Amino acid sequence: MKVAMTINGTSQEHEIEARVLLVQFIRDVAGLTGTNVGCDTTSCGTCTVLLDGESVKSCTVLAVQADGAEIMTIEGLADPGTLHPMQEAFRENHALQCGFCTPGMVLAAVSLLKENAHPSEQEVRSALEGNLCRCTGYHNIVKAILAAADAAGAEVPA
Amino acid sequence: MTAVVGTRMLRKEDPELLTGEARFVDDLVIPGALHLAIVRSPHAHATIKSVDLTAALAQPGVVAAFSGADLRSEWAGPMPCAWPVTEDMLNPEHFPIAVQTACYVGDAVAVVVAETDMAARDAAELVDIDFDVLPAVVDLEDALSDRVLVHEALGTNRSYTWELIPAPEAVEEAFANATHTVVERFVQQRLIPSAMETRGVVAVPAVYGGEFTLYTATQIPHILRVLAALTVGVSESKLRVVAPSVGGGFGSKLDVYAEELLCLALARRLRRPVRWSEDRMENTQATIQGRGMIQHMELAADADGRVTAVRVRLLADMGAYLQLVTPGIPLLGAFLYGGVYDIPAYSFVCTGVFTTKTPTDAYRGAGRPEATYALERAMDALARQVGVDPAEIRRRNYVRADQFPYSSSGGLIFDSGNYEPALTRAMEMAGYDDVRAEQKERRSAGGTKHLGIGLSSYVEMCGLAPSRVLSALRYVAGGWESSTVRFLPTGKVQVVTGTTPHGQGHETSWSMIVADQLGVNPDDVEVLHSDTSIAPHGMDTYGSRSLSVGGTALWLATEKVIEKAKLIAAHQLEVAADDLDYAGGTFTVKGSPDRTMAIGAVAFEAFTAHNLPDGLEPNLEASSHWDPPNFTFPFGTHICVVEVDEETGKVDVLKYVAVDDCGTQINPLIIEGQVHGGIVQGAAQALFEEAIYDDDGNLITSSLADYLVPSAADFPSMQTDTTVTPSPTNPMGVKGVGEAGTIAAAPAVMNAIIDALSPFGITDIDMPATPQRIWTAIQQAGGTNGGPR
Repeated sequence: MKVAMTINGTSQEHEIEARVLLVQFIRDVAGLTGTNVGCDTTSCGTCTVLLDGESVKSCTVLAVQADGAEIMTIEGLADPGTLHPMQEAFRENHALQCGFCTPGMVLAAVSLLKENAHPSEQEVRSALEGNLCRCTGYHNIVKAILAAADAAGAEVPA
Repeated sequence: MTAVVGTRMLRKEDPELLTGEARFVDDLVIPGALHLAIVRSPHAHATIKSVDLTAALAQPGVVAAFSGADLRSEWAGPMPCAWPVTEDMLNPEHFPIAVQTACYVGDAVAVVVAETDMAARDAAELVDIDFDVLPAVVDLEDALSDRVLVHEALGTNRSYTWELIPAPEAVEEAFANATHTVVERFVQQRLIPSAMETRGVVAVPAVYGGEFTLYTATQIPHILRVLAALTVGVSESKLRVVAPSVGGGFGSKLDVYAEELLCLALARRLRRPVRWSEDRMENTQATIQGRGMIQHMELAADADGRVTAVRVRLLADMGAYLQLVTPGIPLLGAFLYGGVYDIPAYSFVCTGVFTTKTPTDAYRGAGRPEATYALERAMDALARQVGVDPAEIRRRNYVRADQFPYSSSGGLIFDSGNYEPALTRAMEMAGYDDVRAEQKERRSAGGTKHLGIGLSSYVEMCGLAPSRVLSALRYVAGGWESSTVRFLPTGKVQVVTGTTPHGQGHETSWSMIVADQLGVNPDDVEVLHSDTSIAPHGMDTYGSRSLSVGGTALWLATEKVIEKAKLIAAHQLEVAADDLDYAGGTFTVKGSPDRTMAIGAVAFEAFTAHNLPDGLEPNLEASSHWDPPNFTFPFGTHICVVEVDEETGKVDVLKYVAVDDCGTQINPLIIEGQVHGGIVQGAAQALFEEAIYDDDGNLITSSLADYLVPSAADFPSMQTDTTVTPSPTNPMGVKGVGEAGTIAAAPAVMNAIIDALSPFGITDIDMPATPQRIWTAIQQAGGTNGGPR
């Protein structure tokens, strides 16, 4: 069946099987490989993207469900060659090691600050519950998100 | 130029990972690649009677399908085990795909190759296999009884028994004369490493040249190249192995895997690229697991609690087969059951046992977390017996600073150490006395939330490894590392390293070392790695070895570059080489500070070769292969404070303090990150994680929904600090830090939990200390109803 959506501002219209997941559409059809897949049970959050501004696990959305939606993946978060303030904060605070969970983690963090511009540490930790990282022990991820919130003041760009 | 070593330089690796530009194996675009799907045994133990591929082959898009018998002729040899720990070790022959018998749930029994991943997976569902189900054997002690044999042909489930008992009579005497003895049985549950990136492989054949490129999510492209060549029967000179960006390993990508060999063999057979990506359920079953031991731990001590002997007996779960270094994992801990303590008599025996479960192998710390856990739990038990604080029992037993280099009774020479300051600092940071005071207050107030404090002091054996020691331990290869450093014509520096980073930030740290040595900007250093055609020599990354072995090879290569540059500079400046000083990338004529030549300028001279000393070769490049004379011995003390709710059994970690000493520090930012991640991984063993099998050998925890990898909500922020005791083993004084947190954390957390439960008389809880286990222990100890009495 035919599915049309906008990914990072570019229109993507393709004929696909009904069972194709949004993450498969993003990776295999649109060719954007920044979104990674870490599990098959909606547990790890590695595949997190923004769907009409809200963070979703793209392995748990059928591509057909995203028909007509605006998707943002990690590739669309900042202009090429630049980093979004959240990406900067991750770098400044050494909030990534192997980097595999990072695209999903950054987008989950961006989404969190849109909903709660000044979260407490506990709020950050609770909000990240669906995004697993095996390298960092989360310490520096939490620190980075709190730093990004501080740096942004009330205005958090997305 | 200001020194960069020791600064918190931000990582060079980050931008491409943050923007999604980094390419993991699954991200590689390989035109014409076929997709491999693997049919795995649903039984823990079964004879394969027949494999019917007809329906699968009839599916659209399917190119080929094979049974294990069909592919038997592809293998030049069986799957490799590089560590036959004893002469008489039993190692069942095993191939990348089972030929006659499947020996664990997840063992490969058939393969389907198709034009798309979906077509391959769909067709794999249609492969019809007739199994004759055999009994499973899951429990280690049951397996040792040989009631059920995993491999009939071996006649026993015992793979080997390995002993380290330097002076048996001294051990007997110490136990005979002991005032206090501690006798404990600890269970090291199996863990699933759970790197966030599952494994993936692509084998690309160059049909006319007979070459192959194998892209794989591995920690060991170099070791894999040798062993894949031997197993598949491809010429090593025609096999290139590349590890692109790798999403974490933790030991689980330190292996030669069936799927790597299958992709290679199928690419050869089908003359097309073949790729495979592991899903998470496969990862839990077909990627190695860690730990899996029963530890019998005994201490003998005098009246003051000074330990006089340690006696250890291990049963180690090999799983169904011996993978790359499966039998050697307990040996990596074998020398460390005396830890940081000055213990005169030592006895260690380990028996490796086959079970019908996923093979075990290296998992973060590999043998050393197990050793530290048993010892640190036993030290707390001793403290309780003697009636002193756990901190005091440790102080009384530490190897003293003036004893280094220290010859341990286990036969190692600990290179350097100073254990007590790390304990003192950790206690300060934790507010130890205040927490003890609060604990006392709470206990007398009789509440239902119990405070516990746990300590753990550790020493690890890193920098794997001196090749002669490996030889003595019957490991088949050496433990050296290699590096090449070359100046490019414009003064930029290219570094080739045999290490294979997968999150550790080698590009950053290696650039920092080179920057200081050669007086260049770290941004002008390019670090090449993880591709056997670019970095032909290497022993890869595991065992906290990369900096102390690979970093040293790099450092030595820069020294050789400087040495050669000095000859050229002396020639250009018309002085003798001995008349030159070198610092910060500049040669200066002694006594004439205005007569200088920068090493970049020397590099250009070496490139043009217009005016070199007679007989000197052009270009400024040098290689070094460093074989360490000893291991390095990082150490530290961690303290955990928990609150246990007696009504629910739930543990809240309130505070976690870590003081680690990894010798000279290259980048404290990276060190802290390694420690943080290690701690949560170690604490996860104590609190959450366990690979659970049912009696039939089915893995119950086969997804991330069942296997509890902790999230950000499960552990607090940590307080970390360091002491610095340089290693005399290598010129930079570095030791390694990749496993420290994991080694220290599990015992710190468990000791805290048991401390919290001590008013109930509870002295043991198995890991993971789940709410259910704790609640049950409290009930069995006499129940709650108003708290302990």
